[in-house]
Amino acid sequence: MKARTWRNPLRDERDKRLPRIAGPCGLVIFGVTGDLSRKKLMPAIYDLANRGLLPPGFGLVGYARRDWADQDFGRVVYEAVRQYARTPFRQAVWDRLAEGFRFVPGTFDDPAAFDSLAATVKELDHDRGTGGNHAFYLSIPPSFFPVVSEQLARSGLTEPGPDQWRRVVIEKPFGHDLASARELNRIVNEVFPEESVFRIDHYLGKETVQNILALRFANQLFEPLWNSHYVDHVQITMAEDIGIGGRAGYYDGIGAARDVIQNHLLQLLALMAMEEPTSFHPRALRTEKVKVLSATKPVGPFEETTARGQYVGGWQGGQKVRGYLEEDGIAPGSTTETYAAITCAVNTRRWAGVPFYLRTGKRLGRRVTEIAVVFKRAPHLPFDATMTEELGQNALVIRVQPDEGVTMRFGSKVPGAAMEVRDVTMDFGYGHAFTESSPEAYERLLLDVLLGEPSLFPVNEEVELSWEILDPVLRYWEAKGRPEPYTAGSWGPDSAHAMLDRTGRHWRRP
Amino acid sequence: MIIDLPSTTTSQVNKKLVELRDQGGAVALGRVLTLVIVTDDGVQTEEAVDAANQASREHPCRVIVVARGSRKAAARLDAQIRVGGDAGASEVVVLRLYGPLADEGASCVVPLLLPDAPVVAWWPGKAPEVPARDPIGRLATRRITDAAAEKSPIKALETRRASYAEGDTDLAWTRLTTWRALLASALDLPPHEKITAATVTGGSDSPSTDLLAGWLAAYLRIPVRRMRRPAGEGMHSVVLERASGHVELVRPDGSVGTLTQPGQPERRVALQRRENQDCLVEELRRLDPDEIYEATLKGLAKVDHSRTTVRATSPARRSRAKAGKSAGAGARKSAAASRESAKAGTKVTAKVAGTKPAAKGTTAAPEAAGAQPSAKTSAAGRSAPRSAKRAGTKTSGRAEK
Repeated sequence: MKARTWRNPLRDERDKRLPRIAGPCGLVIFGVTGDLSRKKLMPAIYDLANRGLLPPGFGLVGYARRDWADQDFGRVVYEAVRQYARTPFRQAVWDRLAEGFRFVPGTFDDPAAFDSLAATVKELDHDRGTGGNHAFYLSIPPSFFPVVSEQLARSGLTEPGPDQWRRVVIEKPFGHDLASARELNRIVNEVFPEESVFRIDHYLGKETVQNILALRFANQLFEPLWNSHYVDHVQITMAEDIGIGGRAGYYDGIGAARDVIQNHLLQLLALMAMEEPTSFHPRALRTEKVKVLSATKPVGPFEETTARGQYVGGWQGGQKVRGYLEEDGIAPGSTTETYAAITCAVNTRRWAGVPFYLRTGKRLGRRVTEIAVVFKRAPHLPFDATMTEELGQNALVIRVQPDEGVTMRFGSKVPGAAMEVRDVTMDFGYGHAFTESSPEAYERLLLDVLLGEPSLFPVNEEVELSWEILDPVLRYWEAKGRPEPYTAGSWGPDSAHAMLDRTGRHWRRP
Repeated sequence: MIIDLPSTTTSQVNKKLVELRDQGGAVALGRVLTLVIVTDDGVQTEEAVDAANQASREHPCRVIVVARGSRKAAARLDAQIRVGGDAGASEVVVLRLYGPLADEGASCVVPLLLPDAPVVAWWPGKAPEVPARDPIGRLATRRITDAAAEKSPIKALETRRASYAEGDTDLAWTRLTTWRALLASALDLPPHEKITAATVTGGSDSPSTDLLAGWLAAYLRIPVRRMRRPAGEGMHSVVLERASGHVELVRPDGSVGTLTQPGQPERRVALQRRENQDCLVEELRRLDPDEIYEATLKGLAKVDHSRTTVRATSPARRSRAKAGKSAGAGARKSAAASRESAKAGTKVTAKVAGTKPAAKGTTAAPEAAGAQPSAKTSAAGRSAPRSAKRAGTKTSGRAEK
């Protein structure tokens, strides 16, 4: 109670310089030997420390099935940091950080190992002053969630003392359909209450994604146009030029729609389509996101409004690449899609009649994520048809990655004696200058976890609503057999193009 | 790419910039501000441009360097344009002004400012007496000075206090951010008790130390003592006194600090001196007046500079040791540190006994609020011992760098 009334005299909300440093705490990573952990988490932790945002005495515990001592673990982190960290390496920062490294060897079902983990955590509280505040990062397949959470609960790790917190961080996939998502939420919520569950969707940590809210709600320029009067349709694209690589075990049976549309693309849709939140309080933001997601429905008939494909081998970017079915570890008859496109409608007054096209795929033309708002044509053009032959529809494109920024496309007169209007683009080059120093998504998200700031993490309601949107499409596809093949390096199967052609629209080439 | 335009005019510079943009494409796109650097022509100029180029990676800007050359020469403007690899994410225009032009920097800067974008002025070396009334300072929304880079930093800080206007800021203040963040988050934790007194120790010529003391005095509304260590040492330590035990942040070696709090193990934190480019990045992040800095400058008047209070801390320390909350090692260590600082304090006193009235002068100045003569005497009082250790001052000027 006293803590509530205490006002820190050194804090002043006008003091924009003072960063919020996380309070005393530690992070326990399960599956610390994985790729994500090495390439993203460890560098992000160092970068945070380097920026002075981690508390002094921060503790990092690795848990994995390796016969390592603390020093071995430290060396692994060191190499990861040297290779992947964004900020320059400073020995002093590293030395302070490395003092808090611990490693606990063990499997996910080994009670003895969890007991020693509990002892390690306690010891950290004592030696480093982590104050009983710990986050558990489960960088492991969801099938291990039940056993790990059970072990965490058994060893008493999930129970914070007074004025302490325990949080759990989980990654996608959050289930593979509505039923499994509910089951997963139940398992996690049994041990951790919902407010201490942080579901990482690293897209939401990206600057450009957070900028969507600034762009929409801090400007007078765009919001008046943000409705069905002016917007013709919205395209949300996440394309990758790589294949599935070594992720066959994870990817086969999951597919593009579950892997990307359910989480990233529907979250982007929610941010683009939602109403203005009453404040930037996490609860207000969630309310709006939940509202817009519950108004979103897939549009049928699915035969005409959706498309799915599977890449076949060929030449892509000067390289011979294998088809999906020839990748290692993929069953020869696999019907998993590597390309998925769906049509959604947001049934609100603002968006009635505006289709939202969502597409994602592997081995497409290039790696790009973008949101394109395509506007209607001007209702009347006081020009001859010949003058505006080359004029397309105006568009506002938010480029999420790479080359972050905003592009606007509009018509402009071609210099010369004749009146001829042609599309030009205006670029806001967020990427050219800002990104180099703008924090990695994981940095931002990890810090938010440690601060207990939940705005950028979807809650289970959002996850379940997303499945409700996607499930009917997935069921339809399941009944339809094989996905359509498309050539590696192209922009998807023919049915994807046909799906938009039918309505007189076409996919932007990003 | 570096293009030299000897003996030129600003309209020719402007023409060249447009030409470069036509040839090279999007050179000038996405600039968010104009940074005007005012220096005397010399080594310092390149250092400042370097820092600005680094900072431009986060804040793309046009950098205009006004380098004042010899005033005895004939009036001439030499310009140099740097774009691409030689300018980070910015474009740099260096204007070297000679003769009577040297004092007319503003007129050369105006034609080159980006339209409708904020202007930030930065004096990496000596700043004008009243930055807000300087011709270039008047063009700017933000004015960045650096007390630590001046010949007598403490005096410079005093001038800043007297001449503060909204939009002023000083790098000596920026260098404190990590310290302030650590102290503020230390107070976020229980026990949530009132701080009863505070002691801030640092080099006798460290303006950052003074500012930290001023900040504590302004926000905690308690007596704050400012203790001296040899010039050139920069920030050394902060002790916040509370009934149940002190919060101490000590940085003896200039890179690693030790944070001691009751009920918590002693913690070591990386607390290296911030580089100019880091500070500049932070400064460019905000373009509105810094109210906290203003309050801190006001707080300077409440700081106690007298040295007789050294002993006053000791009983309090002992009582804390008796409370026995904190680990024995920590208590011993900090006691050692305090002894060391006390020793250093006396040493300085002995060595520069002559400065005593000067130090008083500094304290007294706020009451004399801008009374010129008092400032002058204090300056005179200080200058003698200062010149005696000129070598020390030279390095110390950049102590916090």
